[in-house]
Amino acid sequence: MSFFTSANLEAAREIISRYPVPRSALIPLLHLAQEQHGFVTDEAMRQAAELCGVTPAEVRGTASFYEMFKFGPVGSYLINVCTNISCMLLGGEELLEHAQQRLGVKTGGTTEDGMFTLEDVECIAACTEAPCLQVNYRYRLRVSNDDFDQLIEDVRAGRADDLPQHGTLATVRQHIAFDRVAQIVPPESAREAPVWLKRNDAATDAAEEQVVG
Amino acid sequence: MGTNQYVAHAPGYVDNEGPKIVTGRFGHADSFTLARFEATGGYEGLRAALARRPADVHDVVRSATLLGRGGAGFPAGVKWGFLPPGKFPYYLVVNGDESEPGTYKDRLLMERDPHQLIEGCLITCYALGLSQCFLYVRGEMALAQERIAAALNEAYEAGYAGRNICGSDFSVDIVLTWGAGAYIVGEETALIESLEGNRGMPRLKPPYFPAAIGLYGQPTIVNNVETLANVGWLMVNGAEQYRNYGSEASPGTRMFAVSGHVRRPGVFEVEHGVTTFRELIYGDNFCQGIRDGRELKMFIPGGGSAPWFFTEHLDLPLEAGPVGAAGSMLGSGAVVVMDDTTDAVKATLRVVKFFARESCGKCTPCREGTTWEERILERILNGAGRPSDIDLLLDIADNISPGPYPVAALPSEGLEAVPFPPSQTTICPLGPSSVAPIVSTVRRFRHEYEAKITRRDPIPVRAEALA
Repeated sequence: MSFFTSANLEAAREIISRYPVPRSALIPLLHLAQEQHGFVTDEAMRQAAELCGVTPAEVRGTASFYEMFKFGPVGSYLINVCTNISCMLLGGEELLEHAQQRLGVKTGGTTEDGMFTLEDVECIAACTEAPCLQVNYRYRLRVSNDDFDQLIEDVRAGRADDLPQHGTLATVRQHIAFDRVAQIVPPESAREAPVWLKRNDAATDAAEEQVVG
Repeated sequence: MGTNQYVAHAPGYVDNEGPKIVTGRFGHADSFTLARFEATGGYEGLRAALARRPADVHDVVRSATLLGRGGAGFPAGVKWGFLPPGKFPYYLVVNGDESEPGTYKDRLLMERDPHQLIEGCLITCYALGLSQCFLYVRGEMALAQERIAAALNEAYEAGYAGRNICGSDFSVDIVLTWGAGAYIVGEETALIESLEGNRGMPRLKPPYFPAAIGLYGQPTIVNNVETLANVGWLMVNGAEQYRNYGSEASPGTRMFAVSGHVRRPGVFEVEHGVTTFRELIYGDNFCQGIRDGRELKMFIPGGGSAPWFFTEHLDLPLEAGPVGAAGSMLGSGAVVVMDDTTDAVKATLRVVKFFARESCGKCTPCREGTTWEERILERILNGAGRPSDIDLLLDIADNISPGPYPVAALPSEGLEAVPFPPSQTTICPLGPSSVAPIVSTVRRFRHEYEAKITRRDPIPVRAEALA
């Protein structure tokens, strides 16, 4: 039984083909699994291991290092409130407090309807627009308590069009057409100097010839 | 000339007056498209590079003294020269894992002008004979990933990337890859581990300097996004023109994000080395002073890892040398401004908490030390601190970074500055970075710590007294 849908299996194979060593595709593959299922399942890790030629334990070892990977269900909308220094100075902690009250969950918790999971997050690189947060990795900037309430209402009412389901990062995938690929091979198959570096010698030779001539 | 206004479609960015090298297209709402890029001189730098010998392209970057923008400030042209001859393949890894507290400029560069970055990658691969490029974008930055994916698709289709670029003998693949939430992956060897599909834990240097033993054990150049964003402009305009901006030691421009208690926080492209912190924080063209008519208490000059500065440092230029001599670092171009309402202990705890959470756990002094720093600061802040806690904090700090730690001078006590960088008992600088806010605030605001410590140390009880 394949965990990945046939479309995603094809996407996974294409991702793997872009790396000289298949294992390098692990993190993108785990994201793909999360995009499909909302979190990373054991089946997903088993199949990612198979596709990359490593053991499931190695996949779990990698996956468990990274905060974005979830190993159980989370809300359809993951809200990450920043409380790092720049946001703290302008009310990030108070915003997180308000979010906990509004959603009725503690940080890390999921609302009973399975709609929202609330997390605190470290600096998400929008420091001048503090306090800020991300919903499914889309930014909301200079967020007041009222803005937060509005966001929750909008999501509940289906009015947040820019928010994909949890797990989806970029909505555009890289695609390299077969006839456009330069050369993606394992390192041991690329021991020759790239051809264009010969220009260094050629130009030097030409310059020397000129001097001699 | 800049408009001195926020640019609505690039939230955070302020179009200030002054030379524009990397943010020149930010004013266009469609700056991320190939059409706009080509209409505004895009890929001309690539063509200019392809018309030269690869070694000559390297020379331009070397003679421009393009300083790395990731934090260490090492000249890119010199770094490029560290590749051992003949040990092919070489790789390029682009560090777009921007996550230093207070920092954001790479995100804007990736979202607003992805082709400019791609052009910089292509020129670098051409100059050094690199076989493949990996553009590693931070996991949380979905829009940046999307814009780069779209731009790469456009570039491949138009013949700017992949096989026989612009009809020449130069061929290279650029692959978008992305992380999954770990600050430490911004460290170059941890980033390589992550790109190999592993836990993002740093490697020991030496021997694992990426230029010698990097991705898949091959020589690898790791450059920051902003660094590479300069390269296309350099090819078109030349090193001499670049050196007309900024100072002798720090030519060109640099992006700075200024956040916190200022009237107008923002991301600005400023002349490197000549602009001062005072201009940046108080200038009309920049942040326009402290909010609500308050006074400046302290500021972080170079991201969460930098020791803190105070009012007497305002006239220092934005240049690595003077900032380092004064006891801090310019780091990643992030200035966090704190006014006189800020609780120094609370602010210290917040930064330390970050390092405790993000420690990868590989080195004991960092894994254990950052955790204890956090716990002790927390109990001081909660009124449960002990009188010995301040010295205990400094003792833990000394285990992570032995000897005098870089810190600003305190003239009132006759204490001189300790210059950057710190020593470390760890593989990477994360642990030592956690010490920066502690040493900075304990030296300057010890009284604030003491005021929070109301408990007395327990009186030692001798065994015989119990008998």
